[in-house]
Amino acid sequence: MDQEIDKKQLEGSGLAGITADCASCPVHHAANLKKLGVDMENWDFVVALAGNPNTGKSTVFNALTGLRQHTGNWPGKTVTRAEGGFEYAEKRYKLVDLPGTYSLLATSLDEEIARDFILFAKPDVTIVVVDASRLERNLNLVLQVLEITNRVVICLNLMDEADRHQMKVDPRRLARDLGVPVVPTVARYDEGLEDLLAAIHEVADGVTLAKPYHVNYDNPKLDRAVSQLVTQIKEVFPGVPNACWVALRLLDGDERIIQAVEDGELGDLTYTQDDLDGASGSHVSHKSGFAQ
Amino acid sequence: MNPDYEKILKSAQDLRWDIGVDFHEKTMEALYTDATRIADRAVTYPEEKPRFDLDRSIDKLVTSRVWGFPLMILMLTFVFWLTITGANYPSSVLFSLLIDKVHPLLKAGVASIGMPWWLDGVLIDGAYLATAWVVSVMLPPMAIFFPLFTLLEDFGYLPRVAFNLDHIFRKAGAHGKQALSMTMGFGCNAAGVISTRIIDSPRERLIAIITNNFSLCNGRWPTQILIATIFIGTMVPAYLGGLISAVSVVAIALLGVLLTFVVSWALSRTILKGEVSTFTLELPPYRPPRILRTLYTSMIDRTLVVLWRAVVFALPAGMILWISANLMISGVSLAEHLVNILNPFGLLLGLNGIILVAYIVAIPANEIVIPTIMMLTVLITGGNGIGAGSGVIFEPESGLATLDILTQGGWTLLTGVNLMLFSLIHNPCSTTIYTIYKETGSAKWTAIASLLPIAMGFVITFFTAQIWRLIAGW
Repeated sequence: MDQEIDKKQLEGSGLAGITADCASCPVHHAANLKKLGVDMENWDFVVALAGNPNTGKSTVFNALTGLRQHTGNWPGKTVTRAEGGFEYAEKRYKLVDLPGTYSLLATSLDEEIARDFILFAKPDVTIVVVDASRLERNLNLVLQVLEITNRVVICLNLMDEADRHQMKVDPRRLARDLGVPVVPTVARYDEGLEDLLAAIHEVADGVTLAKPYHVNYDNPKLDRAVSQLVTQIKEVFPGVPNACWVALRLLDGDERIIQAVEDGELGDLTYTQDDLDGASGSHVSHKSGFAQ
Repeated sequence: MNPDYEKILKSAQDLRWDIGVDFHEKTMEALYTDATRIADRAVTYPEEKPRFDLDRSIDKLVTSRVWGFPLMILMLTFVFWLTITGANYPSSVLFSLLIDKVHPLLKAGVASIGMPWWLDGVLIDGAYLATAWVVSVMLPPMAIFFPLFTLLEDFGYLPRVAFNLDHIFRKAGAHGKQALSMTMGFGCNAAGVISTRIIDSPRERLIAIITNNFSLCNGRWPTQILIATIFIGTMVPAYLGGLISAVSVVAIALLGVLLTFVVSWALSRTILKGEVSTFTLELPPYRPPRILRTLYTSMIDRTLVVLWRAVVFALPAGMILWISANLMISGVSLAEHLVNILNPFGLLLGLNGIILVAYIVAIPANEIVIPTIMMLTVLITGGNGIGAGSGVIFEPESGLATLDILTQGGWTLLTGVNLMLFSLIHNPCSTTIYTIYKETGSAKWTAIASLLPIAMGFVITFFTAQIWRLIAGW
């Protein structure tokens, strides 16, 4: 059945000579990016772009979607959530550019928007764009994202900046330590985007199995409390992928998460068969404005 | 609530007592420790620190206490000088093409198909001329100003501006990031208001929203530039004209910055009292701007978008103006009635009725203030052969001819100066007002943000006029 559809699509797109084997080979995908701009109908996967402020999220966004989201060299420029689409390896992706944040503790509106999206909208892949020349500070956010989801690709951006400061950053070492794919890029000059696309594709498709690193809290009391809560959470909400993180947030008194437990929204975080087939709806509540 | 859910929350609450009060700090500490360890393993630093760090050397200069501000002002003046002198020639070319050549052709065209005089008037003398004026006067300066501004932004200069202004904003009781939203406001106040989202505290965000209007937006730059060129630039020898005009426009822009501080200070001590929040502002590395891409995107994203907006508002405004200038009520046109009503109040402010009417017409878009003023002036003074019939928006070939028309309309240097002041200090345009409402969700704050500046504008122009007249002796 799938095979037939594939063939039809290939014929329709004038690529009839390409066999199914070709279509599944990564080399074939390499020059295969189709920028869809704001055309985001019938997407197969949702991809979120997270990262510290001013690491080049919007530049990556523009390079992949062909849109011209305003970019500028100052932190905090993206204040609204931008969305765009692209097609790669016969799959349609919806890309969401999140505001830049240093953490996901939801202490500000920006952090809340970013956190809620990664948590409640359940993107198929979360790209964390990382400034290679300021790796240590950027990793704080990466480690927090890894606690929420394991479907992560690290885009090690601004490699040229690191070079300029004569720093050597080892992406493979980083990938091994973090347990997720790490792709070095220079998004301003479109370098490394092919590899990034391939990594996104593999995580979205489930080819790459991530074993994300989790922070070692080295606190036996805490470990006991967390594991007790995790057991309870898993009983009530089976299939929640990040029970540990939820437990930590509950212990910390995070009101948004407490509320998600109260109204059972946490149950939606379960990955169902529908989600794995793609086309999940967005549950994100987009806040705008504030009442005085 | 589902009892199972309740049980989870209950045990979370109980466990919270067990794990100790410093648990939050400890988990954060663990996170930082792990981040440091992983980063250390992946990064090799150079053995020797490079002796010369370009970024740091530039930063020392542009954020220095002594040179920071002069450099900022110098750079701003240079950008405006380039804009004013550079826009002159393309503006006059566009003008002579669209108005001296195409307009008569269009008139001849519609005359040959026998279009009724009123339709011809509304479409050609109203809508077309208003649009042609806006395009020829606005396009060239924008096409120069926006790319220059975007290059500075791309290079990484804006956060340095914020850094320089931070301590002033702090003293004013506002958030240092307001420097960034203020700078965005120099492009467009509606965009500036949206960009205040980077400020977390609602109190400081409101201050930033209310004062954003004091950033001279691109709808008002052309007014400033034109009036400065014809009233102030003509007072000095021609070779200094461009520079002096640029300096006076910068002076108005700086007055706007000063007002931002003063009003922020006043608000934070009256209706918006509260603590100043601290924040960290990263000074990003300087990056060589990608010049071609910048030119392209600033052309598409800023110049054409803004121009399109101006055109969309100029079209109907041109029609309405033509109709109001030709709709006679007891022998006098509707426009003239309005001007006469507002004239006494206008003169009190060192302005006149025409300017006030123009500002009412231009509430949707400040871009069309000057064309409206010109049209009404010609209409009221009878034109004396300079215009082309009643209600025709037109632009004489050079600044000097504009000066002639305006002097005939009773304008003095005071009128010019006060128009520049009033153009800086009046209500935001309707798009901005709507944006403020959307962002604050409050009619009260929208009203304050709209009415406060116009009240200030009345007060400031009034006192300027009184003091001016005292000194000038009439």
